[in-house]
Amino acid sequence: MMRFILPLVIFLVLSVFLYMGLGRDTREVPSPLVGKPAPAFMLPMLHDAEKKFSPQDMQGQVWLLNVWASWCGACKDEHPLLMQLSRQNIVPIVGLDYKDKIEDGIATLQKAGDPYTFTIADADGKVGFDYGVYGVPETYVIDKQGVIRFKLIGAVTQQNLKEVILPLVKELQAK
Amino acid sequence: MIPELGHFSLIVALCLAIILGVLPILGAARNNPVFMGVARPVAFGQMLFIGLSLAALAQAFLANDFSVLYVAQHSNSQLPAVYRFSAIWGGHEGSLLLWAFLLSVWTSAVALYSRHLPDEMVARVLGVMGLISVGFLLFMLFTSSPFERLLPAAADGRDLNPLLQDPGLVIHPPMLYMGYVGFSVAYAFAIAALLGGKLDATWARWSRPWTTVAWVFMTLGIALGSGWAYYELGWGGWWFWDPVENASFMPWLLGTALIHSLAVTEKRGAFKSWTVLLAIAAFSLSLLGTFLVRSGVLTSVHSFAADPKRGIFILSFLVVVVGASLLLFAWRAPKVGLGGKFDIVSRESLLLANNVLLSVGSASIFIGTLYPLFMDALGYGKLSVGAPYFEAVFVPLMMPMVFLMGLGPLARWKKMAMPDLVKQVRWAFGSALVMALLLPLVMGRFLTLESSKWSIMIVLGLLMAFWIIASLVVSLKQRWAGDGDLISRLRKPSLSYYGMQLAHLGVAIFIIGVTLVKGYETERDVRMNVGDTVHAGGYEFLFNGVTESEGPNYVAGVGHVRVSQDGKLVAELTPEKRQYNVSGMPLTEASIQTGFFRDLYVSLGEPIPESEGAWAVRVYIKPFIDWIWAGTLFMALGGILAVSDRRYRIHQKAVKKAGQTLPPLPANAQLGEQAS
Repeated sequence: MMRFILPLVIFLVLSVFLYMGLGRDTREVPSPLVGKPAPAFMLPMLHDAEKKFSPQDMQGQVWLLNVWASWCGACKDEHPLLMQLSRQNIVPIVGLDYKDKIEDGIATLQKAGDPYTFTIADADGKVGFDYGVYGVPETYVIDKQGVIRFKLIGAVTQQNLKEVILPLVKELQAK
Repeated sequence: MIPELGHFSLIVALCLAIILGVLPILGAARNNPVFMGVARPVAFGQMLFIGLSLAALAQAFLANDFSVLYVAQHSNSQLPAVYRFSAIWGGHEGSLLLWAFLLSVWTSAVALYSRHLPDEMVARVLGVMGLISVGFLLFMLFTSSPFERLLPAAADGRDLNPLLQDPGLVIHPPMLYMGYVGFSVAYAFAIAALLGGKLDATWARWSRPWTTVAWVFMTLGIALGSGWAYYELGWGGWWFWDPVENASFMPWLLGTALIHSLAVTEKRGAFKSWTVLLAIAAFSLSLLGTFLVRSGVLTSVHSFAADPKRGIFILSFLVVVVGASLLLFAWRAPKVGLGGKFDIVSRESLLLANNVLLSVGSASIFIGTLYPLFMDALGYGKLSVGAPYFEAVFVPLMMPMVFLMGLGPLARWKKMAMPDLVKQVRWAFGSALVMALLLPLVMGRFLTLESSKWSIMIVLGLLMAFWIIASLVVSLKQRWAGDGDLISRLRKPSLSYYGMQLAHLGVAIFIIGVTLVKGYETERDVRMNVGDTVHAGGYEFLFNGVTESEGPNYVAGVGHVRVSQDGKLVAELTPEKRQYNVSGMPLTEASIQTGFFRDLYVSLGEPIPESEGAWAVRVYIKPFIDWIWAGTLFMALGGILAVSDRRYRIHQKAVKKAGQTLPPLPANAQLGEQAS
């Protein structure tokens, strides 16, 4: 008898998880980090491991931190928009290549174009963990004082760029 | 006015669906012929009204009625007419309407082609489908009506997502949905059998052709989607293990398992409760796919706008449908006896292994797709699972599966001596192995590659493909053996046997495509000035610059690339970089010359700043990539051949004559796929 009830039990457990997943909006989760200083780190650059990058280097400017990876499908979706944004020269974008092989990351940027002012390699995902990276891609807006002002989970779209990210960037730049 | 009529039609359809979901099932339980008789006319009526509703929405799109919110969000007056039509399913609300419409089409098809079935069975099947329809219509009317008005009307629409402005996307969703929804028929048959308490071989026989047809649609739908990703995303990839792709792949795998296990249930009476469970699971995964895409629990390339209210609704619906089915299963299935016995070496056990592998494969994808969700819900932080996981887990599972695929058609039902089987296939396996080892050595010259490459993955891939083909030849030779002229011997095996082998051949072709494109593709990403040439895979690509051109609703930079081989012109390719007027979205349109052995693929990257017309250009040579889709086409054709088998038609007449009982089948007609 038990084995015939098993599918039902498995399904009910699954439904509970799905329900818990529903409560969260995967795209704009109010991260506990919003409003707090961006966690400090020191990571090698993707193209040159000798050089290091730290958020302190960006002190005094508003910048975007974009988490991506060569294996991530949705990143390919937002990529053209990032290219467009970088050409407009509004705001520097720093790319964080998350849990990726260095050579794959480099190959991807060569192939598709490189929208990033700097690209840093987070091969084992430690920094991503500090930032509470939820899923790739993610984008953070960080202000002149190094405080995280906004976090976007999921791909950048024409809409959230125009309606949320760019207005926020302009506002922060004016301060 | 017309949108309101559309909305009203939906309400009428809902009332009909409720009648369909209640009366016939009640009638079947109480043996009331009047209630049961309601099923067919109501099913047709339902299709008519949902069809009217769809027509109303189509009219709003074609007439650019931007006072309808959904139209204003997904269309634009500049949009070419064919895309204004396909924009109907370009968003959540409209695609849901398409779902409901296709469900009503399947329901009517069952109503039409079920004259030979007992009345209670028909009543129950149509009733169950009616109940599903009730859920979807309620969902649409309460949370996502495509007929909401926007007052005052917008001056113009926001335009359809440029990625969706593509001929492939005109037919991809309807095809895929036909597959998704089609599994509801097998599901309804299974539930009807559980309700009626008669889980014998007959329900399996009835639902087999329906399942196969749904599977054919799904196969084509997934293939179209993958082809679209190949030429429209500009990355040259054909499968990304995106959550939404996975959502369609899981029910496909289970559907494939279901087709095979239905065969065992029909012919040997075995696996009865397992087959029922598979039918329930395949449709449940279709529903789950709908949930994943529309609730925003997972981020994906394809996601629709997320709305928690919708998520709650679909989840509740999912719980009711799947929960009730599994409860019914837990209640009724234990009473089902085991079917015919079989030995360890027999066709049954091979098919059982096939089922296990396909189900485990499906489960591994399921876990990978939902893992981020589980981890997050448990508070373990955030993770993403990408292609590396799926390739590492799924591919090794499919290898033994393919090996069994060669043996299955050769094995006998019930019992077979192992040495016999080995003797039959040793030459097939040997020649496949030799071919797989040697072919990569000459492949380089054959494909005019810069270098030959021999790798274990290529050999394994080719071995699998050649093994399928070689064992297929062995099986065909056995079936064709005997006296008589060629024609009569060719006609000896049944159409469903040919269908099965054609589908298996499709798998072999598919594997060849995947193996060779992965093993031998050439990719060059280069900066090209006007007049530059680049060499790749024995071809010479000359870049003649980019010119401006204007499309109906976009401006495009059109690149001009001349491809030649040994000084002879092979192709002139014109990849485009488009910028859509309304949304401002950029789009890469690759230019591809397809060929039997290879595709030449060129797409534009980005213009190089501060240069004179230089661009980043991607040049790919993709050997055998079209074999991937050719393979899926063969699988689909195999399915079509299998359902056009005579026995499905003969029985209709025979059963009618004999009243409501099925006659025993003649020994060889019954076992169309049995080894002689």
